[in-house]
Amino acid sequence: MPDQPILLREQQYHQIKAVLARLRMDAQAKVVFLVDKDGQEIASQGEVGNLDTTSLASLAAGNVAATGGMAELIGEKEFPTLSHEGEKESIHISVVGRLLLVVVFDERSSLGLVKLRSKQISHQLAAMFEEIAAGDYDDLDSPFAGITDEDIDSLFS
Amino acid sequence: MTFINYASREINCKIVYYGPGLCGKTTNLQYIFDSTAPQARGKLISLATETDRTLFFDFMPLELGTVRGFKTRFHLYTVPGQVFYDASRKLILKGVDGVVFVADSQEERMDANIESLYNLEENLQSQGYDLLKIPYVLQLNKRDLGNIIPVEDLAAELQRKGEPVVEAVASSGQGVFDTLKAVAKQVLTELRKG
Repeated sequence: MPDQPILLREQQYHQIKAVLARLRMDAQAKVVFLVDKDGQEIASQGEVGNLDTTSLASLAAGNVAATGGMAELIGEKEFPTLSHEGEKESIHISVVGRLLLVVVFDERSSLGLVKLRSKQISHQLAAMFEEIAAGDYDDLDSPFAGITDEDIDSLFS
Repeated sequence: MTFINYASREINCKIVYYGPGLCGKTTNLQYIFDSTAPQARGKLISLATETDRTLFFDFMPLELGTVRGFKTRFHLYTVPGQVFYDASRKLILKGVDGVVFVADSQEERMDANIESLYNLEENLQSQGYDLLKIPYVLQLNKRDLGNIIPVEDLAAELQRKGEPVVEAVASSGQGVFDTLKAVAKQVLTELRKG
């Protein structure tokens, strides 16, 4: 079955941001962000500046999906981590359930440190998202519950 | 899969343009990209071959505006149309909220349309979706060409469930935003249902 929509409360969002901020500091990374496997960016921390995190999120998800497809073909469930090392900038991606933890780092850090810190924090993120997925959201007003056809039309005017 | 962030007050939805090779999926996205203000859209990412055939996907984030205080963002994707990229097409359908099927109106492409539509139904099923239940629009593209099949005949063959049918010439923009609007409206209506 398709995954359920992700609904993120304000408090949960700030908790995630705090976890990402700690990872960023511990791993001495430039940017850390969390993406769902469908390519939606959930939260980011760090020197985002002009970095196009939306595109990066989509491409990271595509990358993981493609390598996951390759894994299946050779009889593996998935490849839980991916690393791409450039001359100056590098990316490390870890699969955490239905999420991807993406760390962008440069020569101030190292792949070993980023891997270690990402792994340490993965359990915490996984637990947080289990809670989010199992949460009761009946009290949250859907912003679309009272939407009218005119509201929708106005988006295209 | 819709993502609603109550902290940043954003809603993100995923729309996939599907269809046979060279039917104009990328052209739809390119037109939307070219005719949208830069502040309303991100980059158009194309993972294409050296001959500009889509290899994996095209991607473009588009912000349509604010509804009830929430920024509404659509992530538009295309799939590679060529038959042998089926594994990639399956992956791109993951988490989809709405689908546009771009049909090529030319007579000689009818078989390719039918094959691609069956492939869409199968691949949706493999991801746990049902074409009859998800937001869906049929776009009949290339209506400016000479050797095209009448709209009624195309609809009779390709329409699945009374979905909106939009005539288009994606290269000049005709029908491109009507298509997007038709699918976005269904996606938002689904959200209203909760």
